[in-house]
Amino acid sequence: MILSGLIFLPLLFALIITVWPQRNTVRHIALGLSVIEFVISLAMLQKFDPASSALQMVEKTTWIERFGISYFVGIDGISLMLVMLTTFLVPIIILASWNSIDKKIKGFHAALFILQTAMLGSFLAMDAILFYTFWELSLIPMYFIVGIWGGARRIYATIKFFIYTMAGSVLMLLAIIFMMRLTPEVTGGQISASLLDFYKLRIPFIAGEFFTAQTLLFFAFALAFAIKVPIFPLHTWLPDAHVEAPTPGSVILAGVMLKMGTYCFLRWVIPLFPEATEHYSWIFMAVGVIGIVYGALVAMVQPDVKKLVAYSSVSHMGYIIVGLFAMNAYGVNGALYQMLNHGISTGALFLLIGMIYERTHSREISKYGGLASALPIFTIIFVIVTMSSIAVPMTNGFIGEFLILLGSYQYSPWVASIAVSGVVLGAAYMLWMVKRIFFGPAGEIVKHAAHDKEHALHDLSVRELVVLAPLIVLIFWMGLFPNHFMDYSKASVDHLIKNKMGYSLVLTGEGK
Amino acid sequence: MLNHELLIAILLLSPVVGFLLNGLRFRSKNYMLAGSIATAAVVVSFVCSVLLFLQLLDADAEHRRLAVSFFEWIAVDKFKINAGFVVDQISVIMILIITGVGSLIHLFSIGYMHHDKGVTKYFAYLNLFIFNMLILVLGDSLLTMFVGWEGVGLCSYLLIGFWFTDSAKAAAGMKAFVTNRIGDAAFIIGMFVLFVTFGTLNMHELNALAPTVLDSSWMGAVTIGTMLLFIGATGKSAQIPLYVWLPDAMAGPTPVSALIHAATMVTAGVYMIVRLDPIFIMAPNTMMVIAIVGASTAVLAATIGLTQFDIKKVLAYSTVSQLGYMFLAVGVGAFGAGMFHLMTHAFFKALMFLGSGSVIHGMHEEQDIRKMGGLKKYMPITHFTFLLGWLAIIGMPPFAGFFSKDEILWQAFSSPRGHWLLWLAGVLGAVLTAFYMTRLMALTFWGKSRIDKSVHPHESGLSMTIPLMVLALLSVIGGWIGIPHVIGSALGNIPNMWEHWLEPLITKIPAVAGEGVEHGDSSLEIILMVVSVVLAGLSAISAYVMYTKKEGSSAKVAKAFGPAYELVNKKYLVDEAYFAGIINPLVNLSRNLWYYIDVNFIDKATFKIADVANGGGSFVKALQNGNMQQYAMYIGVGVVVVLSFVLMR
Repeated sequence: MILSGLIFLPLLFALIITVWPQRNTVRHIALGLSVIEFVISLAMLQKFDPASSALQMVEKTTWIERFGISYFVGIDGISLMLVMLTTFLVPIIILASWNSIDKKIKGFHAALFILQTAMLGSFLAMDAILFYTFWELSLIPMYFIVGIWGGARRIYATIKFFIYTMAGSVLMLLAIIFMMRLTPEVTGGQISASLLDFYKLRIPFIAGEFFTAQTLLFFAFALAFAIKVPIFPLHTWLPDAHVEAPTPGSVILAGVMLKMGTYCFLRWVIPLFPEATEHYSWIFMAVGVIGIVYGALVAMVQPDVKKLVAYSSVSHMGYIIVGLFAMNAYGVNGALYQMLNHGISTGALFLLIGMIYERTHSREISKYGGLASALPIFTIIFVIVTMSSIAVPMTNGFIGEFLILLGSYQYSPWVASIAVSGVVLGAAYMLWMVKRIFFGPAGEIVKHAAHDKEHALHDLSVRELVVLAPLIVLIFWMGLFPNHFMDYSKASVDHLIKNKMGYSLVLTGEGK
Repeated sequence: MLNHELLIAILLLSPVVGFLLNGLRFRSKNYMLAGSIATAAVVVSFVCSVLLFLQLLDADAEHRRLAVSFFEWIAVDKFKINAGFVVDQISVIMILIITGVGSLIHLFSIGYMHHDKGVTKYFAYLNLFIFNMLILVLGDSLLTMFVGWEGVGLCSYLLIGFWFTDSAKAAAGMKAFVTNRIGDAAFIIGMFVLFVTFGTLNMHELNALAPTVLDSSWMGAVTIGTMLLFIGATGKSAQIPLYVWLPDAMAGPTPVSALIHAATMVTAGVYMIVRLDPIFIMAPNTMMVIAIVGASTAVLAATIGLTQFDIKKVLAYSTVSQLGYMFLAVGVGAFGAGMFHLMTHAFFKALMFLGSGSVIHGMHEEQDIRKMGGLKKYMPITHFTFLLGWLAIIGMPPFAGFFSKDEILWQAFSSPRGHWLLWLAGVLGAVLTAFYMTRLMALTFWGKSRIDKSVHPHESGLSMTIPLMVLALLSVIGGWIGIPHVIGSALGNIPNMWEHWLEPLITKIPAVAGEGVEHGDSSLEIILMVVSVVLAGLSAISAYVMYTKKEGSSAKVAKAFGPAYELVNKKYLVDEAYFAGIINPLVNLSRNLWYYIDVNFIDKATFKIADVANGGGSFVKALQNGNMQQYAMYIGVGVVVVLSFVLMR
């Protein structure tokens, strides 16, 4: 029951929040509840057997019998760390938005908890329709978070976000339904939406012919996930969504929601359509590499710091795609690790940008300058996170990026040679930004704050340090002892790489 | 005696403790406390290094290798890297230099930085640098070395931009990091090539697996792998074409220039090649490129050094030039000579940088040598120690630089991979070096004083002059452990201890019949030695005359060269060319990508598609009314409709 508990407790939390009588204690309650959720996920981590590639803690009950749809959840090494990332980030987000979210507090926290349910459900669902439900459900709270608590152009941004994602989802739904109709072949006549039954399908593939079942299904799924990731050239919703989203929205979006896309490549696309994946992997390698370079170049010239980080996400997600489609142990392990890294370091960057925005109400890089003298502790933390983002060794980013590059080298030295330019460009755009914001003589904002007692800049508060501390610890922990984290996923990744043609999962737990 | 594992742990962790102690109280202005903590931390490491050195001495020559592995760092599939460290004949020299010279420079910093507001932070960074540098030299695999490699780059970035309120200094730090990253990117791919070829990145294993057959092609794995590693080295060790960051790096505090940008970090590239000499030897084309790049850098940087007026810039170009010598050495297969010059250079260049720091300190932050002159009488200790460093760098016997530089020149001439042109370039570099260093001495310490009346130069305090004296001593005697055979035998069988010590780890170039000069050809060696010393001496004398006796003659010479002088004075406009040819176009390209592709193409296209698909945009319009319930309803209806159609048929 632990997985169902994880998925649905936040929904219950949302309910508690909505009916909670005292407005001024809502935040405390929400924080407490989210911590409980995190503790439960830690208990789940304790129960997880890292040596096994099986789908663990499985729960399965019939939901809609007529269509073979069941409530079917389970966890393996591929989803485990992403689940942990989700439960870990939510309390941090709640604490980070303590002051910045000041209207409709109840609604905000309720939306956040519903979103948590949807995200966890997407990672844990092993039934296609159940998965689709959670996948779509995740859009709605996000839509509101951007649309209600967002910036000036929030409506434009949130609708763009919605249209893009929906466009992909529709194709995916069609593909799911098509595959459900194929399942009687492998289940002995009964239609099924179980992902495990999908795995058994050997959908015919003819190399070079586009209009064949596997190829079409592959592209339908891949497109839906590619938009979510987002992969170049489907990325333009992301910068707008990030800029307009409130800080907690950006953190969730970058930290977890983008990973839903990359995760699904591992859970759905690669094992379901192995031949098509292999045949068309060059396309994804190409757009992945273009994304790395393009995202980095465009990030470099952004005048808005949040947009800069958003484009850096495009670049980082390009790395993850390259790692995934390298389809070897280095690439996939690195990509999975980079998903966590990106959640932590980009999440931290958005938090930091939110903190400075709360003080200055500006994200325009050119108005800053000399901030390091005014906010020394903030600067130190920002620089540490920057180092993680540009993958300096001994931080988490290095492990992921290095393994991905190694994997891509094994795929093709040329891919690695282009992808590695991200190492240089990443340093260039991040350090240039750091230089313009923190170094040099005092800029407009710092000067203004120095003259105006009311708007004086205060360094990080204790609450803000508490928000950032776990992220900083993880940056070094994951950089120095990657095995502490990777050991949970190696067995599953290994299983996937070795058996991608004919993938199946053994079940352990209640519902097997 | 402590076991070596514990010693290595203390060696590495002592600077980390210092870093944390100072880093956590970074606001403190107590320079004595901060300086003492930091210096003590490095001295502890130095003691460990000495003890490790003694342990190595005790062992017999074949077993001089103390290895330790603390934990498994990365393990994915076949790719396994330990946090493993090795002290052997080569790395022990490096840790002695790093912690020894490092201690002196920490001590010097106490005096030099005492008035600075950020002094505690400064010492924290300095300790962090020592830690990373130790990882770089002790790492047992290329990847652990790379950890330190990037780590020192980070510290260099932080220390160059230490006075960050100055935009130019912050920019110099950034330039250093990004330029280094270009090299690092090549280094990463180089590691992949070697890993895929040999199945390991452990340097001991790599060296054991080094092929026995020369890879004389240009596209073979060994050639490409080593070439990429060398590109990495051109970044870290400031060689053509990536040297441009080092002169700018002088924006950092002067002791930093001494420690990072002269004695230790910038030599990492040379060290890396020496570590992997069995593999580099098998790639003669790479070696040839290394030798040519090294020789060209040595000459090019020396010419720029002739025309600079900033005391630190002269030393910076001199460093680039001297590093070129080291690459020339390893390029012709004289790995031992390269390491030897690395060490003597660490002594005399650290000495001269600290000396320049003492001058700048005594001159109240003045760095322009046109505003100096006659400092000899105000700063006798600084002058005398600087003088010894000067004699060492211009290669006068019996100072340290003579032995190492002579060894390199002889090898450049006589090695099977050598060439008389490389030797000639080396001699030309030596002549230029003698000239610009003498010019520096003359303009700074000798001749008439051109010091502004408001400035009252003074000698520095003991914490600064003691390190100068120790380094001066080392600059004199440091070369005596590597006395060439020709001189050693003439003086009565003085052994070349250096060569002997390194022998088990230094691979010899496989002799090719008919190439190179027989090593026993001692008369030729002596002739060449005399030629280079005499030429350098003449060059020094002419510079002395020009800058002390006949004032104004230098301006005439500069005028005579006209545009050529201008070009050299402006550093061959290399920075400008990089900006015009690479950086600006890239930034423009990025702006255009953003504007034309993201904003004007993809976005417009998507909305167009949405428009067309939904009959003239009514869909988009309806969506944009902001009515949320309506949209939620769409999803519901959509799902139901599609489901019922497909499933129920």
